[in-house]
Amino acid sequence: MSTKKPNPLSLHPDYSMFLPATEEEKQSLNVMRESIGFWRDGARRLKKNKMAMISLFVIIVVMIFAFIIPSLYPYDYKTFIEGSENLAPMEFSAQEQALNDSGVSVFPHFLGTDSLGRDLTARTMMGSRISLLVGLIASVLIMLIGSTYGAIAGYFGGRTDQIMMRIVDLIYTIPDLIIIILLASTLKYPLQDLANNNKAFAWINVLGVGLICIFIVFALLYWVGMARIIRSQVLSLKEQEYVTAARALGASSARIITKHLLKNCIGIIIVTTTLQIPAAIFTESFLSFVGLGVNAPMPSLGSLASDALGGLSSYPYRLLAPAIMISVIILSFNLFGDGLRDAFDPKLKK
Amino acid sequence: MAALTKYITKRIFYALITLAVVITLTFFLMYLIPGGPFLSEKAPSPATTAALKAKYGLDQPVYIQFKNYVVKAIQGDFGPSLKQRGRFVSDIIASKFPVSARVGGIAVLAALLTGIPLGAYSALHRGKWADKFISFFATLGIAMPSFVVSTISVMIFSILLSLLPTYGLDGPANYIMPVIALSLYPMAYIARLMRSGMLDVLGQDYMRTARAKGLSPAKQLFKHALRNAILPVVTYLGPTIAYTLTGSFIVETIFVIPGIGREFISSILNRDYPMVMGTTIFLAVLIIVLNVIVDIAYKIIDPRIKLQ
Repeated sequence: MSTKKPNPLSLHPDYSMFLPATEEEKQSLNVMRESIGFWRDGARRLKKNKMAMISLFVIIVVMIFAFIIPSLYPYDYKTFIEGSENLAPMEFSAQEQALNDSGVSVFPHFLGTDSLGRDLTARTMMGSRISLLVGLIASVLIMLIGSTYGAIAGYFGGRTDQIMMRIVDLIYTIPDLIIIILLASTLKYPLQDLANNNKAFAWINVLGVGLICIFIVFALLYWVGMARIIRSQVLSLKEQEYVTAARALGASSARIITKHLLKNCIGIIIVTTTLQIPAAIFTESFLSFVGLGVNAPMPSLGSLASDALGGLSSYPYRLLAPAIMISVIILSFNLFGDGLRDAFDPKLKK
Repeated sequence: MAALTKYITKRIFYALITLAVVITLTFFLMYLIPGGPFLSEKAPSPATTAALKAKYGLDQPVYIQFKNYVVKAIQGDFGPSLKQRGRFVSDIIASKFPVSARVGGIAVLAALLTGIPLGAYSALHRGKWADKFISFFATLGIAMPSFVVSTISVMIFSILLSLLPTYGLDGPANYIMPVIALSLYPMAYIARLMRSGMLDVLGQDYMRTARAKGLSPAKQLFKHALRNAILPVVTYLGPTIAYTLTGSFIVETIFVIPGIGREFISSILNRDYPMVMGTTIFLAVLIIVLNVIVDIAYKIIDPRIKLQ
């Protein structure tokens, strides 16, 4: 009778329940978990959002496609390849075919070539680069202007705030796209003059007058949404004790705004800036499609689509690459921005 | 009521300031363009140029030119077009705008009539595959610029399937693609607004009360849920109209519709300055006025909104 079945009615204590706790059990009872910072907490939530992670992956792939592959690619966006005009995707021109037959392999034109013999894959990659650059630079401009303006208005309050926000209201009611078209079509001439006559502004020609116009337009009109959001944040943040403490210690207003208030808005600033990128890309492609954006040899997804429209009945496939590219870029930035918002600033969720 | 009157006066006052800014901006931007309007391939003699300048009042100082322009613009006179000889800007606008208004009006209606039911349906079937499908479709619709929608639909319906005509406005079939291109974005946006508004409303106490007191599902939906959920859509009506008006720049260019959007783009590319200024001011006035009307209507419809 070595193994005795325990009597369920027995009051005899079971000794195994009174053994000292193992390390693992001690750990599970520890109420003081390791503290998770703002960034790690947000990143953890972001990683759980499948949609946002897929979008991030797509954005990275598009960036590689736009910024890295063109330098490794055998064709570039502005070289006219004589004899290779209007090739269909994967088609070779007569001389390229001859080279191919003689054993030298010729790199294929994945998307064909345009009417001037330029490789459309290279042009699409370059166009994506321009669109992404415009989106990123414009958003950074909007972020800098909008957050500074909003923080100043919110921090000083009173009459300063009143006047500054009336200006924001005013810009908000201006029909933006019409003014943008007007600005983009008129600023061209003075800027061109400036670039040609003044050595200090020669860099304008490097970027192209059209692009500079777009940046000016964004810097002038698009920051108002950002300014409103930051102002309302700062209005509540400035009542916090640490601001009073900083002021009591003799910190200047500029220091309080930059070191304390804006730093505490960083989540909202990042989210709003990310959501601004697709809007900027949208506007840029619109302007380029109409013919007011980037200057001639430089392609943009909008101008590529506009070029394709001309020969749509003969070469309908030319439209697909820029059209899909622009939609994918805007879609993935929208979804990623939404994910960031849910992760870093749940309050903003509408 | 006094608060409402005060709000309306304030709103109109701001609209007037915005208009003043737009007109000033337009005038001085146009003034900045070097060369002047009389530069052409055949350079006219200095005497002719001087005579032309005197005729159009361009020899006077800027502020007088500005004053004259504003006075005339208020009367609806934007001067003659430079490229379409013998026609006045206001006449061109008067003849082109109805076309755009018709296409745009149909597009706004289409966006409302499809967006609202889609959004409401999506919210009522939250989490089901229909909801997921509509939400995905709405997200996609927001990501596609109107030129992508138009060109892709031309490619599919006109070139590959040869179903729809590509240009002009001769018959009802001509309206289909432009209306789709103009209304897809606002439709997607309205569907999203409607969905979130509806989800918000469905969780409210008064909905539970309505259900508890035994109202029929139809009455619950139409009298209680939709009425409240539709309010955010009303605020979006102003931007929708603005979007369809500016969206017409591209859509009318692609589909060769003789409307004001196509006229605006071609006058910019042709450097027809009086035309550009006239159209800019006209469209800006239109958008600003419509926005004010929508805002005021919204405050009247929803008494819960705090007037400030």
